[in-house]
Amino acid sequence: MKIMTNYSNAIKGLLGLLKGLKITGVEFFKPQLTIHYPRKEVTNLATYRGHIDLVAKEDAPLEPKCIICGKCAEVCPSACISMEMHVKGEQSFASPAECRTITVGHGIEIPFSGLRLPPAEVIERELDSFNLDYNYCSLCGLCVQICPVGSLTFSKDSYLAGTARKNFEFDLLQRLRERSRRSSQTTTAQEKR
Amino acid sequence: MMSQLLSYLSLPLVHLILSLVVILAFLGVNGIVLIYVERKVAGFIQRRPGPYEVGPWGLLQPLADALKLLSKQLVTPMGADKILFWAAPILSFAPVVICFMPMPVSPMFTGMEMNLGLILILAFTSLNVLALCLAGWSSNNKYSLLGAARAVSQSVAYEIPLLITVLAIAFQTGSLNLSEIVASQTKGIWSWNIFVQPIAFIIYIIAVTAETNRAPFDLPEAESELTAGFHTEYAGMHFGLFFLAEYSYMIVVCAVATVLFLGGWHGPFLSGPFWFILKTYALILVLMWFRWTFPRVRFDQLLNICWKWLIPLSLINLVLTALLVKIVR
Ligand code: SF4
Ligand code: SF4
Repeated sequence: MKIMTNYSNAIKGLLGLLKGLKITGVEFFKPQLTIHYPRKEVTNLATYRGHIDLVAKEDAPLEPKCIICGKCAEVCPSACISMEMHVKGEQSFASPAECRTITVGHGIEIPFSGLRLPPAEVIERELDSFNLDYNYCSLCGLCVQICPVGSLTFSKDSYLAGTARKNFEFDLLQRLRERSRRSSQTTTAQEKR
Repeated sequence: MMSQLLSYLSLPLVHLILSLVVILAFLGVNGIVLIYVERKVAGFIQRRPGPYEVGPWGLLQPLADALKLLSKQLVTPMGADKILFWAAPILSFAPVVICFMPMPVSPMFTGMEMNLGLILILAFTSLNVLALCLAGWSSNNKYSLLGAARAVSQSVAYEIPLLITVLAIAFQTGSLNLSEIVASQTKGIWSWNIFVQPIAFIIYIIAVTAETNRAPFDLPEAESELTAGFHTEYAGMHFGLFFLAEYSYMIVVCAVATVLFLGGWHGPFLSGPFWFILKTYALILVLMWFRWTFPRVRFDQLLNICWKWLIPLSLINLVLTALLVKIVR
């Protein structure tokens, strides 16, 4: 009896092997999926996660939605977000990512972790730069998730390339502004045409 | 002048040397072509283009690889047995040249007619495992040694069903001369041994896949367990020779399969050497197809397949063949 099941199992196994051969044989003749990069580019980037990017306000394309709460910088496991800001009517101060402290208003240092900046209504402030050190970013997406106003997204910048570390230290605010300027230029150019 | 040249050509020694040169040149070209084809097949099965950038359709890629291998430094690891370490790749490649001598590509192109051609080929192909063993042992590296140990136990196991199935074919034709075996399959496609002895053919293909260390039986060089198996420590042309030997053995076993089972140079029409080459390369394509389809087996599974299935089956096949031959004669 056992021998019979052995044989039937072996025959089933052999048929399984043939099935496998059929699958790869069919795949062999299907068209290729590779996109030869320098000559062609991927068009469908819907699910692509590039570096993070600031989202502009709907009514002011030069200003990010960001309310400078510092949550993203705090949550980032690689400490690659830091920002410089100033309280309205005062000098600018920075939150360097390396030391993870923020100097608030009048020279008071707050350790960054566990403490957030006071709400925007208490100290009104403006963003000077939003620095991302993409060299260390692990694209975990925590900053995008935690942002309370949806000011961060993943960009679709899939062909980002550079030869030096410096090429990957971005000021996202500047990038946002350049981007919206460029897009407004193209739209006005299109309107003119 | 011309007639003198021709008379020289008919001297056995000149003939022998000429065929050796032709075989060596063929093996080099064959290695390069097969590497290209293998990578293309792998690519197509995985729906990517394979080598693509060097030359048109990546045709120059294997040449570039060969150049790279040739120009690399040959390193001997510390504590290695130097002489054996250097001898192993050469020992791996050298016997394969002899295996082509009795191969009847066509009635015209046969390196050397000999009565025991089949035995010669089987004897020299199994020398390869000694070279692998030497390579693994002399490298002074645990992965190499493990790879070599696997190569030996695998080859020893799979040589048995291989020999027994080949013996069945020899029983049937009553000769070990390859040309005579081909001559016995001249009465149309249905006289080919693949239809007369289908079980023998299946066993032969499985056994040679294991003999040539190809996936799914590539345990001696299982890269996920043994980095590269027996050739872990080899670089440059040393490695290149192992590689060349592997592909050359592939073509030897496929050519033998063509002779034994597929009627050699005979085709359904226009018999000639191109049929031989066509069949051989078709079989190689099938082996490549295997490699990119089946996952690697475990070592106990590998030995189980051999000792529990292939050997009993081939023995039954042999006994049945002997009986039938006795009855028919
Ligand atoms: S994606 Fe993750 S690692 Fe990158 S900046 Fe955001 S929180 Fe930091
Ligand atoms: S979490 Fe959002 S709102 Fe807060 S600082 Fe970061 S980007 Fe700005």
